[in-house]
Amino acid sequence: MTQDAADLSTDQVPGLIELENVSMRFRHQSVLRGINLTFHRGETVCIIGESGCGKTVLLKLIIGLLRPTTGVVRFDGVDVAKMTSEELVRLRLRFGFLFQGAALFDSLNVYDNVAFGLREHHVCDEPKIREIVLARLQEAGLPPGLEFKKPAELSGGQKKRVGLARALALDPEVMLYDEPTTGLDPIMTDVINELILQTQKSHEKAGIVVTHEMKTVQKVADRVVMLYPLSRIDRGDPQVIYNGLADGLDRSPDRRVHQFVRGEAGERLREMAQNRDHDA
Amino acid sequence: MSVATLKSDDEAVQKPTTPVHRLGEHVFDVVAEIGDFGFFSIQAMVWIVRKRVRWSVLVPIFYEIGVQSVAVVAITGTFIGMVLAVQAHHQFAMMGLETRLGSVINISLVRELGPVLAATMLAGRVGSSMAAELGTMRVTEQIDALTALGTNPIQYLVVPRFLGCLLLIPLLTLMADFMGVIGGAVISTRVMGVDSFAYWKHSRDFVEWLDIMSGVFKSFFFGAVIALISCHRGFNSSAGAEGVGKAATEAFVLSFIVILFLDFVLGLGWNSVYRAVWPENSGLL
Repeated sequence: MTQDAADLSTDQVPGLIELENVSMRFRHQSVLRGINLTFHRGETVCIIGESGCGKTVLLKLIIGLLRPTTGVVRFDGVDVAKMTSEELVRLRLRFGFLFQGAALFDSLNVYDNVAFGLREHHVCDEPKIREIVLARLQEAGLPPGLEFKKPAELSGGQKKRVGLARALALDPEVMLYDEPTTGLDPIMTDVINELILQTQKSHEKAGIVVTHEMKTVQKVADRVVMLYPLSRIDRGDPQVIYNGLADGLDRSPDRRVHQFVRGEAGERLREMAQNRDHDA
Repeated sequence: MSVATLKSDDEAVQKPTTPVHRLGEHVFDVVAEIGDFGFFSIQAMVWIVRKRVRWSVLVPIFYEIGVQSVAVVAITGTFIGMVLAVQAHHQFAMMGLETRLGSVINISLVRELGPVLAATMLAGRVGSSMAAELGTMRVTEQIDALTALGTNPIQYLVVPRFLGCLLLIPLLTLMADFMGVIGGAVISTRVMGVDSFAYWKHSRDFVEWLDIMSGVFKSFFFGAVIALISCHRGFNSSAGAEGVGKAATEAFVLSFIVILFLDFVLGLGWNSVYRAVWPENSGLL
């Protein structure tokens, strides 16, 4: 890790979001173990790692959709697990969450999807809601007239952009992006990356981006955290194997980081072959 | 660092291997599921009084549960009455009691068959649909998105469906009763040749308002359990098309079993009350 990266992740600076020794287990499966991370105001952190290493779970722990099996998640110094239901609602309104599949409400059209949070929380009257919704849709680069369509009528890229507009409607302090470019073509991937970058810069928000896409990392990340699947490490090894600057990934001494960044499957294929031999 | 499969971390939560372990885990799962359902139901009740549901949310759900079910419930009710007439006529004719058909058909309809079969039909049409819809919302993270937007999913998704079933299933039951009465009367008097005056006279003599009310009373409970079970199954749907399909099937099967169980328990309770209030009529039950 470079000196800059160490400075960014140091505990001496009070973080906006802090995870302290967080572990998460679903029945017989441990997903996260002993995670210690700090996210600061104004920085965009990319979380990378193999499928199943707990990246999405980490986002859901941060926003209080899941409670950690052990450990503490703090937002602005307050333990999320100890918040009342009203406090949790207030906390969630400080986040915008772009889900992996956009998670647009099927029964509502695009306009109502983006207006949903504004109406539910009586933020403003209907003319103001209309103004905000249209502005957010425009920011997301969606053409006029699209607001009357149902989610089923949209392409994958359009869904993601509507999801982004909905997440931004309540003007959150922190944006959480769960694999925002998954399943999109390279052009649309770049469009989404650009939108994320613009959002982070123009609104000066903190952002946490879960992604497999190294182009996204290079484009938007101030800092990168790489998680490693629990099923592939020995007890005692830290699950966070990289916590530094994006351009430092190439200089990381950990070969697992290089394998992931370069998409090298050699070791994994050897491991699979060994398992097959063992089973035979 | 060696790449290896994780062993030590999960020692405390290893999968059960013996039949006894598996049985224990299954029992634990059932108890946990019942507890979860109880908590889910209490939350739904609390949210009914805690926050008013918007009309824009309520009206489409009421339309879906009520208006869209009218045809299927009417057909079900009509055929119940007609089948009862066909089956009972021969037996009653052998004893020379065919004019009493009206009382038997109508009292069976309004007390038992109308409410139970209408509820069963609605558990299939409405309950399975709700479980599948909410299950799809669960697996596509729409329920998580609601929560992330600061909205309680039970308040937004369950309460309107619960109110719709609670209020509309009794009305649909009344309609099934009415159509059954008409169906039974048409077959008895027009096809089987039972005297119309005697048919209706015996019906009026035997069927009381309380009989109709007993059916409607039960249908409130049927409506409530259909909504709660179906929504709970949908909320706990596992991933994929198989998970959603399983949730829809479970919603119907569980609702059906609970409807039959409640019919028995509420029937016993209703009879006890009836006997206590009108001891002179106990012999009729």
